[in-house]
Amino acid sequence: MSETNAEVNQYIKRHYEAGFVTDIESDSLPPGLNEEVIRFISRKKNEPEFMLEWRLNAYRQWLEMQEPEWAHVNYPKIDYNAISYYSAPKSQKDGPKSLDEVDPELLRTYEKLGIPLHERAALAGVAVDAVFDSVSVATTFKEKLSEAGVVFCPISEAIQSHPELVQKYLGSVVPVKDNFFAGLNSAVFSDGSFVYIPKGVRCPMELSTYFRINALNTGQFERTLIIADEGSYVSYLEGCTAPMRDENQLHAAVVELVALEGAEIKYSTVQNWYPGDEEGRGGIYNFVTKRGLCAGAGSKISWTQVETGSAITWKYPSVILRGDNSVGEFYSVALTNNRQQADTGTKMIHLGKNTRSTIIAKGISAGRSDSSYRGLVRVGPKAEGARNFTQCDSLLIGSQCGAHTFPYIESKNNSAVIEHEATTSKVSEDQLFLCQQRGIDPERAVSMIVNGFCKEVFKELPMEFAVEAGKLLEVSLEGSVG
Amino acid sequence: MLSIKNLYAQVEGKEILKGLTLDVKPGEVHAIMGPNGSGKSTLTHVLAGREGYEVTSGSIEFGGSDLLELEPEERAREGVFLAFQYPVEIPGVSNIQFLRTALNSIRKHRGEEEMDAGSFLKLARQKIGMVNLDPEFLKRGVNEGFSGGEKKRNEIMQMLMLEPRLALLDETDSGLDIDALQVVANGVNALRSPERSVLLVTHYQRLLNHIVPDYVHVLANGRIVKSGGRELALELEEKGYGWLNIDEDVAADQES
Repeated sequence: MSETNAEVNQYIKRHYEAGFVTDIESDSLPPGLNEEVIRFISRKKNEPEFMLEWRLNAYRQWLEMQEPEWAHVNYPKIDYNAISYYSAPKSQKDGPKSLDEVDPELLRTYEKLGIPLHERAALAGVAVDAVFDSVSVATTFKEKLSEAGVVFCPISEAIQSHPELVQKYLGSVVPVKDNFFAGLNSAVFSDGSFVYIPKGVRCPMELSTYFRINALNTGQFERTLIIADEGSYVSYLEGCTAPMRDENQLHAAVVELVALEGAEIKYSTVQNWYPGDEEGRGGIYNFVTKRGLCAGAGSKISWTQVETGSAITWKYPSVILRGDNSVGEFYSVALTNNRQQADTGTKMIHLGKNTRSTIIAKGISAGRSDSSYRGLVRVGPKAEGARNFTQCDSLLIGSQCGAHTFPYIESKNNSAVIEHEATTSKVSEDQLFLCQQRGIDPERAVSMIVNGFCKEVFKELPMEFAVEAGKLLEVSLEGSVG
Repeated sequence: MLSIKNLYAQVEGKEILKGLTLDVKPGEVHAIMGPNGSGKSTLTHVLAGREGYEVTSGSIEFGGSDLLELEPEERAREGVFLAFQYPVEIPGVSNIQFLRTALNSIRKHRGEEEMDAGSFLKLARQKIGMVNLDPEFLKRGVNEGFSGGEKKRNEIMQMLMLEPRLALLDETDSGLDIDALQVVANGVNALRSPERSVLLVTHYQRLLNHIVPDYVHVLANGRIVKSGGRELALELEEKGYGWLNIDEDVAADQES
């Protein structure tokens, strides 16, 4: 057995393919956090008074809060005064006229990441239209969306253009004092996305490629707000499989979803932040608060996530099922390798009658990593006929990794039906040998076995994303078994 | 085709094969019989290259090359196929995806083009019909929720797809009813040709009524103690292993 371990370890030592940094001058605030910093951020963004007040209120609340320590993760204490809370890349300001004017360093980065040529210009912020395919594609998208009445823009823009919607819904699902990281985000959030789907509108496209193009520079404190008005539908894709490096080690994003009566929001994420080196040094700490509110009857919110990056992942996309007959879903694949730590799961809060939720969580651990599922299913006293089905499966690769499951169930209604299934398995030598004996090399075999394990989650992803996610797992596991 | 000379092999430090010598020529079917713990399964696993089965001395030549130098997947690509006694499940990986990956790995090794999805499906449907399994099984996860008999048929189906030069059957007949036994036998017989060889490991003579072997060997205490033709199996059925002067206790002791 020990020989096998040594062999496994040797293979697990894969290197992060995007282990490089780009030097770009930026317009940054010195480290530190106080009310002046918040005023500076708000002023920089030319925000209306209500926004500044909101941020300041959040900051004051945050000062009173404690950093949570209940998660099954270990990291050195973060000094929040050693972080700079505002940074804008300089090259964005003037807007290069063509790729020739773009910082060659940045272009080389895209090349290493394998970003398609036509997307590079847009990512680099080239401000011309019609010249590059992607930009005109984006313009076409914009036209199509505005015809449908869909609002899709950076949240900083929405604060200017749709202040009434922002004021009504921002913080309505994740209150500023919800948790330490959400409080911090509310005070200093940099940017993010805003989506509004009007009544009865089915968003004519998946909000994906467009987002990818616009996703850059949202910074470490990302804030997203999606509102689906009555009877509308939207599928939103966040992140991309291209590995992302960031100078900012701490990331604390907040995502709020609101589904009104009969509306449906499908939110898919692929997260591949820099995980750190083999000892976990330099990896991103990802503390994310994601929550959806099924505000109206018959509404539905579905989270699907594939998590492969970050040194630390602390993330529990949740659904509050307030409307009667509303539906919440959570499909997750979390893969950890080397020294990565993930504590992730979901909360399904059943408040309305006949509310239903499904949780399918798949954890894959390799190397010396640790992966935990933490889930809460709560049924309120008025949630007659509530139903939940939970399935948590863990897959271990090698013998130095860990997988843990922390399910919490609280039911205050006798009519509720809650099911929980959990399994832990290993990629067995028998499975590997069967594959090899049929002519399949071991790396291919592991990726096939892992993809099979994740099948139930992948089938929830939009097709194109599912293929990418499969490939991502393959790359992330490269050489993890000999 | 296959030439095993004076082979010694151990599992977890325990010597199981002790000077085994065997020659299998193209087109021949050899049956290996013997008491529990005599090393029958160890032999098939050593041939397939299973990790943990350590060859300490002796040689195995296959089709002119040194088999022991090859990784398990390379052996498979060279045409060694092992039908498992206890086939494992691979949940979520469809039979069809698994087989297509396998077949194309082998074809690539032979310098052939990958088989396109359409031709592959046609072939797979034909082969699965030969083992009396519903084509629906192609869509299911590898052995996922299959009954014992279905798993064995699936093994034979894979063998028919991959068309090995040397098929190793490790007690494929154990636990099968007479119909399933017939299906397995038909599969193996369909594969028989002047270029292919088969090594059958079995406890029971009855399989050999359906797959008639050219040679029968008795394996005991890690080496072949008696070889003969088809009639040897009948004799064993009648008399047991006792008349061969095998100390069954010693043999059983080899089991771990």
